[in-house]
Amino acid sequence: MNCTPLDHLLTWSGRILVALILGFVLLPFVVVLIASFNHSSILTFPPQDWSLRWYAHAFEYDDFADGVKNSLIIAAFGSTLALVAGTGFAYVLNRYEFRGKATLHAVLMSSLVIPNFTIGLGLLILAASVSIPRSMGLLVFLHITIVLPFVVRSVYVSLQNFERQLEAAAESLGAAPRRVLFTITLPLLLPGLAAGWLFAAILSFNEFTASLFLVNQRTQTLPVAMYNYVREYADPTLAAVSVIYVVAVAAMLILAHIFFRLEKVLNVD
Amino acid sequence: MTKRPFLGWFVTPAGLIAIGIAASFLAILQYSLRAHVPGMLDPGGFTFDNFTTLLKPAYGKAFITTVLLCFWTALFTLLIGYPLAFAMLRTRSGWVRGAMLIITLTPLFLGEVVRTYSWIIVLGNQGFLNSALLGLGLIDEPISFMFTTMGVVIALVHFTLPIVVIMLAAAIAHIDRKLEQAAFSLGAGRVRVFLTVTLPLSVPGIVAASSTAFAWTFSAFATPQMIGGGQVVTISTLVYQVGFASFNFPLAASLSLAGLLFTIAVLSIFNLGMRRIERQGAY
Repeated sequence: MNCTPLDHLLTWSGRILVALILGFVLLPFVVVLIASFNHSSILTFPPQDWSLRWYAHAFEYDDFADGVKNSLIIAAFGSTLALVAGTGFAYVLNRYEFRGKATLHAVLMSSLVIPNFTIGLGLLILAASVSIPRSMGLLVFLHITIVLPFVVRSVYVSLQNFERQLEAAAESLGAAPRRVLFTITLPLLLPGLAAGWLFAAILSFNEFTASLFLVNQRTQTLPVAMYNYVREYADPTLAAVSVIYVVAVAAMLILAHIFFRLEKVLNVD
Repeated sequence: MTKRPFLGWFVTPAGLIAIGIAASFLAILQYSLRAHVPGMLDPGGFTFDNFTTLLKPAYGKAFITTVLLCFWTALFTLLIGYPLAFAMLRTRSGWVRGAMLIITLTPLFLGEVVRTYSWIIVLGNQGFLNSALLGLGLIDEPISFMFTTMGVVIALVHFTLPIVVIMLAAAIAHIDRKLEQAAFSLGAGRVRVFLTVTLPLSVPGIVAASSTAFAWTFSAFATPQMIGGGQVVTISTLVYQVGFASFNFPLAASLSLAGLLFTIAVLSIFNLGMRRIERQGAY
């Protein structure tokens, strides 16, 4: 390719444009980082004094500690149960034909299309009309319904790329179906299962809207506790929480990139 | 009949969950046809009143606001997402690509609350942007971003960008580079190759990304609630308000049902468009 002055102009204006877009993505996180070290409880730019007091306050604030605990419990149970149900369903979806398969599939995947506020409201009304209390169990069920489609999809893709001959070999050597499942199928599916579980757990840990409809004071999740904090207080405590969040997620993605190459994971290379 | 080991064991958990989902959907349907008894949480008798209430201007306005938010958000997200996805794929440096991927993806794994809160600090009257503009002497008084459609759209674009970039990048990555090289070898310039080869071939990705951007914006709640602050009323914020401020759950149910039907209609139109594009065969 020959490079004319116009080509250089295009290349450089393209680079500047992309840098500006990346700046837009990063802007709120840079601002929140600055704000988190602001000493006074009223935010000003640039901050007059600097301190770490909001980080200390974030760790002392009971609602956040309880929220983290609740969110971890819900994410662990929700994504594990979704993994069990989703793996089984992806397996039959991939291998068997049976009556009602299409309907079952449509109902289970529906939460991809139904807005989260509708899912939350529906479960709230259902629980109220059959007198189920707004408990942790109800929240776990809510999170299962929200993360299940992602688990099913992840496991289904792994099953599509699965070499059935390996199972056939085990069967021909006399292994019972259960033995084939536990010694051949599941171990080979492990990367897909792990990816599905991790994605489900992150999604569940961050879920806010649907949970807002179902929590009470005792069961509130971290995102709900953060939302309630912003409504009640104007100090930069949440900026400190946000910085911790951003650093944790960025670190996780950098590790994922080093080990798995994100462009491969996302199928964009 | 062929052997189907584990069929029962594997379908049952999924079946139980599906029953729960179907039941909560039926609960919404049932409530939307019941009367609201003020001061009571239990609904009254059968009625169509909730749906006639939805015809009032206030509810129509929420629908229009939501559709406009979806439109502007999808448009701006595509406009800034496309160059980002394109650059991500065409850069020769693996290091730059990795950095771009990590920066783009980080917001996807932060909750809606963290992202919205960050934008409040940026956009507020004493926020970063206004302080910077005032400090530089570019404006004399703060610009109101908070409680405006513009402010909500800015934050929603940031919210939808990661998923749109991923979808666009996947679409652009699957374009056969030989087609572009053929155009170059026939003497077309870079702009012409982009406009006549690359861009048309990424249309399926653009349609898919727009439909996802629509669905995400439609179900967004924290952003319009916290940045809109009651001034930008969307269907999601209205459902919450009708439910938890007036405790009128029958009306909230009928409003969500109307919203759901609307979403399904819009997504069907996108699907139809997708099929038509695929049928043309050029892709």
